[in-house]
Amino acid sequence: MPLKSIVETEQEIIEEFSFFDSWDDKYEYIIELGKKLAPLDPAFKTDENRVRGCQSSVWLVAEFRDGRIFYKAESDAMIVKGLISMLIRVLSGRTPDEIIEARLDFIREIGMTTHLAQTRSNGLLSMVRQMKNYALAYKIKDPVTQKN
Amino acid sequence: MSSPLTIERTLDVEAIRRQFPIINREVKGRPLVYFDNAATTQKPAAVLDALQFYYNNFNANIHRGIHTLAEEATAAFEQTRDAVRSFIGASSREEIIFTRGTTEGINLVAYSWGRKNVRAGDEILISAMEHHSNIVPWQLLCEEKGAVLRVVPVNDQGELIMEEYERLLNRKTKLVSIVHVSNALGTVNPVKEMIRMAHTNGSLFMVDGAQAVVHLDIDVQDLDCDFFAFSAHKLYGPTGTGVLYGKKSLLEAMPPFQGGGEMIREVSFEKTSFNELPYKFEAGTPNIAGVVAFRPALDFVLKTGKNAIRKHEEELLSYAHQELEKISGLKIIGQARHKVSVVSFIIDNVHPQDIGILLDNRGIAVRTGHHCAQPLMDRFCIPGTARASFAVYNTLGEIDELAAGLKRAVNILRK
Repeated sequence: MPLKSIVETEQEIIEEFSFFDSWDDKYEYIIELGKKLAPLDPAFKTDENRVRGCQSSVWLVAEFRDGRIFYKAESDAMIVKGLISMLIRVLSGRTPDEIIEARLDFIREIGMTTHLAQTRSNGLLSMVRQMKNYALAYKIKDPVTQKN
Repeated sequence: MSSPLTIERTLDVEAIRRQFPIINREVKGRPLVYFDNAATTQKPAAVLDALQFYYNNFNANIHRGIHTLAEEATAAFEQTRDAVRSFIGASSREEIIFTRGTTEGINLVAYSWGRKNVRAGDEILISAMEHHSNIVPWQLLCEEKGAVLRVVPVNDQGELIMEEYERLLNRKTKLVSIVHVSNALGTVNPVKEMIRMAHTNGSLFMVDGAQAVVHLDIDVQDLDCDFFAFSAHKLYGPTGTGVLYGKKSLLEAMPPFQGGGEMIREVSFEKTSFNELPYKFEAGTPNIAGVVAFRPALDFVLKTGKNAIRKHEEELLSYAHQELEKISGLKIIGQARHKVSVVSFIIDNVHPQDIGILLDNRGIAVRTGHHCAQPLMDRFCIPGTARASFAVYNTLGEIDELAAGLKRAVNILRK
């Protein structure tokens, strides 16, 4: 279970990015995060798990354990991979309700909105949607969460 | 080869750049380097001024009005038709149909000519390097009619395999529709020869000229093509404006594409008789401002000189090939003997999208992806490429910027 709340984790990322003066530095950092992202077991890289974007692909897997959702994901493009790693850091290990309600303002705060707006160029927006869809689905399916 | 009597006009790139206001803008704190010209070119001030002048001075609906503004707007609109006719060497102004762009031109032919003339079992022949715009309209037609879409394959260099073309042409081939210049590879196809072969076979030939008009001299009578479609916005003109050229006898025999105003002679609820060419195919109010402002774009090309432009673009292309090939792991997709103004490439273990984002970060605009030619990407077993495409205002210095940006991107991504 993460020690910090979603908003606190977002704030942490925003602060990390505030150290960078230039776009180059920001992207270098994102690429670094992408390289560190644990690779997804090739067995999970199925069409079923694929979130389609026009240019790059994202594979997303969600596991529901003790009322919390744990995400694993990968992309064939490095910058998307870095963005994915941040999303996982913020959303993985949360309850469905927390994920559904997450505003993910940090994406805008660190200047990466373009990657959400250009739905045609990558799978990031579809990925956020898909993460939230999993949360909705598990919320409906899980009797414990439904009681809350 | 130019004759010794021809005075070779050389190009003053700096003077040209001054005519394009957008060239001065910055992206991400750096001067813009615009290498996405195959998607759309930037517009010279003369085109932008013409758009504004039209709306400021004689905006009116054309052809039907009796008042002064309508007369002036109609005259300007029709002057562009004459300018286009001369630009592509058509024999008559009635053969110039204004459309929204290349895509609409191809759809017009597929819909109007195709639905009248194509029967079950007939064949339409395209190639493996077509843009989706020159695939889907024919697919729709073939599905509706029970006709067959056949495809001329491409070799490893990115050229059409002419022996296969010859083999695929048969008595069932009703029409061949081929791109003149590939948007994804830059390959110039030998359309004149292909048209001759199609005609010998009794097939019609449509040319997708979207990329060709801005780089090559086009003479539709010399080519002897039956249809030729292109867009103004890839030729320094406004968006939303295009041209379909068709041989008059073919256009006359074709039913209208869309119904509405302008294209009719008389309407009653029992029967509508249609207007003459070219208006029969121009239903509804067209993009008047776009058409009017297209003329200064043609003037810009003619004044700059097509030969001078071509020489400059050839220099850019060969320099780009030379500099990009120095980058380790970079492979140029499309090594046709005859190509223009496009360098499409992949880099080992690097996704094109990452290249696009990192170049944009340095103010360099390239296109990444499949370039709306997915079957072609499949042919080369790649998901897409990064593509730099050049226009008259680009410089050798900008190619140095591109090469430097690429080297840097590769370093960061591979580190």
